[in-house]
Amino acid sequence: MHRQYPIMTNRRRFLLGSGALAASAALPNVLFARTGGSSRLVVVILRGALDGLAAVPPYADPNYASLHRELAIAAPGAPDGALALNNTFGLHPSLGFLHERYTAGELIVFNAVASPYRDRSHFDGQNVLENGLTKPTGAADGWLNRALAALPRRADGPGERAVAISQNVPLILRGEAAVISKSPQTTPDIDEELLMRLADLYSSDDWFSARLSEAVQTEKMVDDAGAMTPVKDSAQAAPAAEAAVKPAPPDRVSAVAHMAASLMRSDGGPEVAVIEASGWDTHANQGGAKGALAQRLAGLDKALRSLSDELGPLWPQTAVLVVTEFGRTAAVNGTRGTDHGTGGCAFLVGGAVRGGRVIADWPGLSRAALLDNRDLKPTLDLRSVFKTVLDEHMHVDANTLAKRVFPDSSGARPLQGLVRA
Amino acid sequence: MQTEIAVLRFGLGARPGDLAAAASDPRGWLTAQIKGAVPLAVNTPLTPSDQIFTAYVAARDEQQQMRREASATDAKVAFNAVREAYQPQYRAQVLARAQSAALTDRPFAERLVHFWSNHFAISADKGVVFGLAGTVENEAIRPHISGRFVELLTAVEQHPAMIAFLDNQFSMGKDSEAARFVARRQLAAAAPQRQFGINENLAREILELHTLGVNGGYTQTDVTSFAEIITGWSIGGGKGRLAGGAPGRFCFRENMHEPGAKTFRGKTYYEQGQRQGEAVLADLSGSPATAHFIATKLVRHFIADDPPPAAVERVARAFLKTGGYLPQVYAALIASPEAWDADSRKFKTPEDFVFSTLRSLNVAPNQPEEVVRTFDLLGQRQYTPGSPAGWPDTSKSWDGSDALMHRVLWASRVAAKYERGMDPVELASSSLGNYARPETVTALKRASSPAQALALLLMSPEFQRR
Repeated sequence: MHRQYPIMTNRRRFLLGSGALAASAALPNVLFARTGGSSRLVVVILRGALDGLAAVPPYADPNYASLHRELAIAAPGAPDGALALNNTFGLHPSLGFLHERYTAGELIVFNAVASPYRDRSHFDGQNVLENGLTKPTGAADGWLNRALAALPRRADGPGERAVAISQNVPLILRGEAAVISKSPQTTPDIDEELLMRLADLYSSDDWFSARLSEAVQTEKMVDDAGAMTPVKDSAQAAPAAEAAVKPAPPDRVSAVAHMAASLMRSDGGPEVAVIEASGWDTHANQGGAKGALAQRLAGLDKALRSLSDELGPLWPQTAVLVVTEFGRTAAVNGTRGTDHGTGGCAFLVGGAVRGGRVIADWPGLSRAALLDNRDLKPTLDLRSVFKTVLDEHMHVDANTLAKRVFPDSSGARPLQGLVRA
Repeated sequence: MQTEIAVLRFGLGARPGDLAAAASDPRGWLTAQIKGAVPLAVNTPLTPSDQIFTAYVAARDEQQQMRREASATDAKVAFNAVREAYQPQYRAQVLARAQSAALTDRPFAERLVHFWSNHFAISADKGVVFGLAGTVENEAIRPHISGRFVELLTAVEQHPAMIAFLDNQFSMGKDSEAARFVARRQLAAAAPQRQFGINENLAREILELHTLGVNGGYTQTDVTSFAEIITGWSIGGGKGRLAGGAPGRFCFRENMHEPGAKTFRGKTYYEQGQRQGEAVLADLSGSPATAHFIATKLVRHFIADDPPPAAVERVARAFLKTGGYLPQVYAALIASPEAWDADSRKFKTPEDFVFSTLRSLNVAPNQPEEVVRTFDLLGQRQYTPGSPAGWPDTSKSWDGSDALMHRVLWASRVAAKYERGMDPVELASSSLGNYARPETVTALKRASSPAQALALLLMSPEFQRR
């Protein structure tokens, strides 16, 4: 990718201060100052329904091996066995970084959790996971945005406190509170004069001018953070064939983690980031300790490690919440995979987390204990976890959480002490 | 604005002359396009799915053989062979699709092809269907958009790419001949037990995404039962005991089919092999839930993100009354006054933006890489929505600030490439008609170069909406 303008790295700075834009009133005059000190939250959404019984194998459950059969992960100590957590549960062998964090007291593993959604549609399941309601429709905004909207405006940074690491904003972050989006793909070589003239052209259209203004601010943040250098431009990205013949390269998800960390570390950068990763819908040839799902999990683990490395000094004040729309069937299906289920797992990891624990009121996998004779029965509502993290970590008040952020959630009581005081 | 709405919202954007051609009778211009099949508007010969799939299977088998023989060099050669079987096909399909969108004289019919292709989405990021990405659209959808819904539905669900995408090719009834044979053999050999049985994926998505919709009235038991009903819907080919059917084509494998009558949504379907599943598809096509679900999606696509209930009701009624005869369904859509509201415009998806740009500039790409990279950049890599639900069809899913920046980048590249001989002010008129705002025209006139003017036109709010 050639550069058209030698002043590239400064162009957005120039743009922000330019008379033309100030006159068009399209861009607020933002001062970027170091925020420091406050909590950072990253939410990772695994789309497609991760098999919790593979990621967090309940190796000691007497029915596990017979139900999960060739997909089951062996007990710790056995060849390709689980990484030990406690006497019942382990972690999939691909999750080495998470296991390190567990040992370091920075990871809480949840098992037998679910959102209030009880049917088996990915798309409705993801809506419920993100809208914070008990049903898939009824809200155009997401719970994380409603929580952000309830926080007092920060004095020393831009209004946008959250970023979606993608071109567009997923439901969980949509709503009243202003948020930004930034994919790991860079947008070099845009003529600054074109941007100024566009700002003029958009001045009578609020919708376009707001987005252009956000985009320019975000680009500046990226320039400042130097986040552009290691990320490949799309023109050099791996051709579709490689992504397709092999599973998507783990580098893609690492690039996403890299962008999230860079933005969060920049001056006035977002305190909250949302990352999405797809490809968890393992209906056929899921694999066990090795195979398709194992590779996905290794990619996730690598991304979390790079997130931790790159957040660096911010890691001690960071909590990363990893969630999926639901779990998968306890039994293997007819094609060496698993079908859509209910109860699954979740992770809360970070320097701010009071970890080294498994939180699971384990219902067991006996036939009588399964939901509808097929799924792990959920015994903990994911909203209980969300509420606690938002309360203890982001300091959203309990009343707002109960009424506005998660309406109809009185059954999902907050937990206590997930985050270090 | 009736002409602009017909050409820009129902169609794919205006080539120079399109607005004038539709002006005398915008509705008639639309309905005249709905006759018969909708072949690609270019003569590029695309390889049929059975040949593509057969070549892929051969290369994959060879690769597995090499792996077993543990020859690293040979395995790498074989891996390249797998890629070579698929990558040129994907690229050819993506190029042909963009060319067809740019050049077609039936842009409303072409948009309907895209609509149905997204309704019956497969995602090429699943390796096994990568090179088959466009084949459902070209082979099952293009021939059937002017007929009955049930014909379209059946063609899609029996297309090998859909079967492979939703994992039905190995789904096997527990009491099928094949499952019992395997069980006996495993018992005799004391081999490790591998359970054979159904895979619910295709059955569930047919109900949830292709017909009834998620609230259309079915239970988990219905999903399981439907999955049993369509066991044996598979792909031909294979070796030894698995051999059967024409390689790479839809094949009903009787010996994998769960035998017997089954109950689905309260009705008993008697055993008649492949026709048991076809009978279910026929009943699903006649269901009011399906009519409502399809109508909602059509109205969302052609009218507004929040579909006006009156329009949905009108289209659903036409669907039910005519037994899912699609030309009448489209006619009800065109007859909806809500569709002709000049102020209700939809924010373009990247696809809309790219295809309308090509048409406005009256250019067609000739390099597949150009198209692949464009859609990569704009976040809508062709045929890879990432899930069987297809790409989202509301503004909120596409209106991120970062997405806007990528559009600016692409617009400026396109403008630099095509500026020669273009008159941006004239293009504003030929591509937007009365939607072109005076302030945009002024900005184009004041631009510092024709390329900048062109980029401004493409990024103007009125061009970004349809």
